[in-house]
Amino acid sequence: MPEQFGVSGTPYMEKKQEIELYLHLPFCVKKCAYCDFLSFPSGAETQTAYVEALKREIRAFFAEIEETEGAEYCLRSVFIGGGTPSLLPAEQIAGILTEIRSDLPGAVSMGEPCEITIEANPGTLDLQKLSLYRNSGINRISIGCQSANDRELKVLGRIHSFADFQKSFRLAREAGFENINVDLMAGLPGQTRQSWEKTLRTVAERGPEHISAYSLILEEGTPLYHRYAEKDAFPPLPDEETEREMYHRTEEILREYGFRRYEISNYAKKGYESVHNTGYWDGTFYKGFGLGAASLLPERGIPSGERAEGEGKIRLRVRNTEDLNRYLNNPSSCSHVEERLTVKDQMAEFMILGFRMIRGVSLWEFRERFDRDLEDVYGSVLQKQQSEGLLEKSGGRLRLTERGLDLANLVMEEYL
Amino acid sequence: MSEIDQSKIRNFSIVAHIDHGKSTLADRIIEMTGLLTSREMQSQVLDNMELERERGITIKAQACRIIYNAKDGQEYILNMIDTPGHVDFNYEVSRSLAACDGAVLVVDATQGVEAQTLGNVYLALDDDLEIVPVINKIDLPSADPQRVIDEIEDIIGIEAQDAPQISAKTGEHVDQVLEAIVSKIPAPKGDRNAPLKALIFDSVYDSYKGVIISVRIMDGKVRRGSRIKMMATGAVEEVVEVGYFGPGQFIPCDELDAGMVGYITASIKNVSSTRVGDTVTEADHPCEKALPGYKKVQPMVYCGIYPADSAKYQDLRDALEKLQLNDASLSYEPETSAALGFGFRCGFLGLLHLEVVQERLEREYDLDLVTTAPGVVYRVHKTDGSMMELTNPSNLPDPSEIDFMEEPVVRAEIMVTTEFVGSIMQLCEERRGIYIGMDYMEQTRAVLHYRLPLNEIIYDFFDALKSRSRGYASLDYELDGYQRSDLVKLDILVNKETVDALSFIVFADSAYDRGRKMCEKLKEEIPRQLFDIPIQAAVNSRIIARETVKALRKDVLAKCYGGDISRKKKLLEKQKEGKKKMRQIGSVEIPQKAFLNVLKLDEQ
Repeated sequence: MPEQFGVSGTPYMEKKQEIELYLHLPFCVKKCAYCDFLSFPSGAETQTAYVEALKREIRAFFAEIEETEGAEYCLRSVFIGGGTPSLLPAEQIAGILTEIRSDLPGAVSMGEPCEITIEANPGTLDLQKLSLYRNSGINRISIGCQSANDRELKVLGRIHSFADFQKSFRLAREAGFENINVDLMAGLPGQTRQSWEKTLRTVAERGPEHISAYSLILEEGTPLYHRYAEKDAFPPLPDEETEREMYHRTEEILREYGFRRYEISNYAKKGYESVHNTGYWDGTFYKGFGLGAASLLPERGIPSGERAEGEGKIRLRVRNTEDLNRYLNNPSSCSHVEERLTVKDQMAEFMILGFRMIRGVSLWEFRERFDRDLEDVYGSVLQKQQSEGLLEKSGGRLRLTERGLDLANLVMEEYL
Repeated sequence: MSEIDQSKIRNFSIVAHIDHGKSTLADRIIEMTGLLTSREMQSQVLDNMELERERGITIKAQACRIIYNAKDGQEYILNMIDTPGHVDFNYEVSRSLAACDGAVLVVDATQGVEAQTLGNVYLALDDDLEIVPVINKIDLPSADPQRVIDEIEDIIGIEAQDAPQISAKTGEHVDQVLEAIVSKIPAPKGDRNAPLKALIFDSVYDSYKGVIISVRIMDGKVRRGSRIKMMATGAVEEVVEVGYFGPGQFIPCDELDAGMVGYITASIKNVSSTRVGDTVTEADHPCEKALPGYKKVQPMVYCGIYPADSAKYQDLRDALEKLQLNDASLSYEPETSAALGFGFRCGFLGLLHLEVVQERLEREYDLDLVTTAPGVVYRVHKTDGSMMELTNPSNLPDPSEIDFMEEPVVRAEIMVTTEFVGSIMQLCEERRGIYIGMDYMEQTRAVLHYRLPLNEIIYDFFDALKSRSRGYASLDYELDGYQRSDLVKLDILVNKETVDALSFIVFADSAYDRGRKMCEKLKEEIPRQLFDIPIQAAVNSRIIARETVKALRKDVLAKCYGGDISRKKKLLEKQKEGKKKMRQIGSVEIPQKAFLNVLKLDEQ
């Protein structure tokens, strides 16, 4: 399955542009101690108003595509993320998807297949909800488990136990989900190598198709960050050495269960790599709907005759307002351009994001997209990083070595 | 302007020990003579350098012309020159005094005569100036004016019974100071018809007017269009403007006459053609003999100053040149460091002077600097009988060529409340001090006298002093010759390469301790890199301490999805930006601030 999105025989230019949709549902039961996402608890009324605003934004975007000359897209995936989208009544989720399907402009064709994912947390799912998801076209579910150890869950401020996860997982299967991701976190306060390995094995034995295993990041402003800004906070965080051992063991253990690491923190059984997330790393266009959502879209509005050289290839990263009232009042015109990406910026992103993938970046794809030779553009850096053992080249691709993965930031910053 | 009657001019300076209230008195005088309303007054009018206001000290002498209606019904022109109080800036005081006929000596009624009170008096007496003592801060409860008056008479030996007893803060009795100035300080006695003879006592560079020189006209007169000659440099210029000093501003006038203090501009763009201490005369009718000028001051402390961005070398050179115009005691010469590139070895009168110059370069000239460890001037006696003065540790000859070395020592006076005497004495012993004696000023205050090697007090002695006395101790010192010492050069090796900018000369017995601390400190300062980095301290190629910066194990972002990309890129950019501020030493990157921070050895 990933093959059909990766290197294909068709030259880039002739291929219909692919696009992905992201829907942000910022509501949660209670903020977790490590969470710095745009999410918050709220009442049912706000949620209903929000879903309506989302639909308005979707309609407005589709209308805009309809009016744009020459815009033609293939919808490759939809991702409903949060917050905890599963907190909402399933009917509302189904309503949003119906909106997408019924309003889809002629210029956007539905991908075959089109991956549609919803994020869910244990404790917010039941069989009826899950069945409704399936019936509304959702074919992938991502469950936030984080740990098989209830003590660790508590430190993170999660509202569920591991038993709750097991139940949710079983129900998801029962409802017919054949593509399930489980989110896990390593490097937690008080976590040992043993407890991490136990989490991995316990979860892997349940047989999900996909596991995301993140190292805990202490994000500024979160309760956990403040707690561990103090010396001698308890329970202690694993030291760097232990944390790296956990990371390396993750790959070894999950391999035993048939998973392959395909991105820095993502593992999948063959053919189950996340289509949507891969899109972020291979430069596919995406449109985000909802509060604070980001989009990557081609710059329009400059007639082709007046474009300076290379200008037709400019891309914009646009972000919606993070102010809830502003969004609710005017969901389709509350965004600002966060970044205007020139071809040079796009090359940098091609490298930086491409290196997150274990397969790395393809010299051929670079040439196809930018009409330049990757080794001409970044020659000296590539040489240096290969000699430092951070980068390796084989089969027309450049990828991070095991050590390069540990020090990915060091590698990536040189392309900025 | 009609001719000014010289008998109605008074040229004076205010001198005092630091913090005795000199600048406050100057403020009050300006306010009382109506130059500024109290609303316009900004505290310390004459301290117009940003740095001066911030630190509450006077660094540069500043002049100001005042009109005073005295009690005798006459109008007087008072030219007042404010002077710095800290020992490091003594040379500024002597420069100002040469332009004056008298000095107001301010003494704190609670503190009495202190080291710089005496120092300033001696400078004033050198110039044959009339001294007008003033007792300040009589509003404080602990003021004891009579004791202080007796002290002035006993220690300094000048009449002080009728000295004005004032509070510069409240303005009480400040009028008596003005009357004393008029009645006691003699009027200037220049010959208006003689050829021009004027002393340059200061100069500044202005980007519009060029060099502005501050002068005291001894004889003759100068006006716009006069052709003037600098007697020492021989430069001839045509005067563009003359004028006098308003508070913080230049006020043009037609002519400067014998006895007056003012400024001259002459489109002088070449900074090196004017020299403070030089004599200005008429190009066509030169005076016979130049004024004596100033004694050249000898720097006591040296350090390397480098531009953080090596492309700014020329800017740094220009800035130093302009600063020197204004601060003749600053010396500099180009030097090259393997670690830091092109820069200058600069000489200073003391640590405060070093700090002030560094800050002025950074603020007034907008430069980012890297400075190396400050050192003193060592005398290296070689086996061939010759002696060299060593200002840069890198130039130390091979140990086999050295017979012995000498280092400068100072006599230090540390004033401290009695409860801290023990801990301060301990500090002095740790710094190789030799106890000379102790005087009690009052029951609770004592002055400790020590003989200390200068290199022991130039690093962090002052900070240590403050921290061990909860801020109460004060330090004064003067050079007291050289003494033979067992000195060695301590080298720091990063990844087996000597970093020349970190080498310094140290007392042999302290080498191990200092080396160990330097290594520990550097270990904190150098960010982890791709490989283990050994940091070593060595004396004569023998390793005496070692630390290791462990290789970086992890630097990776666990997540990066569509909504995070912009933010994550910014993080990477910031990290990359930080590396630009690093110096590449071999294959190791060292942050610029490390060069400074390793010098700040912790007190504990």
